[in-house]
Amino acid sequence: MQTCALSLLMFTGASQFAFVTVIATGGNPWAGVATASLLGTRNALYGLRIASLLKATGLRRLAAAQFVIDETTAMAIAGDVPSQSRFAFWATALSVFSLWNLGTLIGALATHALPDPKVLGFDAAPPAAFLALLAPRLRAREPVAIALAAALIALVLLPFVPAGVPLLIVAVLVVLFGLRPASL
Amino acid sequence: MTWLTLLVAAAACYLIKLAGLSLPQRLLEDPRLQRTVPLLPVALLAALVATQTFSTGGHLVLDVRAAALAVAGVAVLLRAPFLVVVAAAAATAALLRLV
Repeated sequence: MQTCALSLLMFTGASQFAFVTVIATGGNPWAGVATASLLGTRNALYGLRIASLLKATGLRRLAAAQFVIDETTAMAIAGDVPSQSRFAFWATALSVFSLWNLGTLIGALATHALPDPKVLGFDAAPPAAFLALLAPRLRAREPVAIALAAALIALVLLPFVPAGVPLLIVAVLVVLFGLRPASL
Repeated sequence: MTWLTLLVAAAACYLIKLAGLSLPQRLLEDPRLQRTVPLLPVALLAALVATQTFSTGGHLVLDVRAAALAVAGVAVLLRAPFLVVVAAAAATAALLRLV
């Protein structure tokens, strides 16, 4: 039920996975809320990028907003003319949204029929999923360095703070790094 | 997972998306913001990969999940689809636990 609600209402994969992971590992649910929101901030930049292409107003904008994610933005900015971009955005939105939610429903039903998740190696699935989401963002030296530093810092902090908190500290550090004065 | 936090998190994610479509363009055009926001998912996803692989309940551990992550890394380098990457990691962990 809740897993399906996440796919319907949150509909931004990395945030969904992170939210569930923080809570499943015993973290404070509000740390999960913060992590999911921070991972979702990139969608605001996507919206900014495609707002002029979509030209959605009123109710149309309220509906379009839910579908501003990696996939729809990529398809929308691939078009040459706004009408093409709009079509690409909505077509991608509807197909990804329906398949994502169908997949979630099947997964939620299937897990009820499963034995111990460790036997099937399901505890190794989340890191692999996060790695697959991370990989396309590592096409330059700076993000690779940031990723390695973030992983190391999170592991060093982990034994000393409650679950979920290492992620928030990493988030604060990367924001401070990004907003640092240009002279550094 | 409580319904309250789930709904708050979903609402926050929705409002962030809506903000991108609605706020004046210049508010989000600050170059420092443009530089910082894409780094957030990089750092958070990397931290999630590390903590999910090398810890159990607040303790650092090294187990079959590390091998599973290595297999996932190879699958990513081979440009395997998302589900194949995840399935390869799960299968690696399951098989190593059998032996």
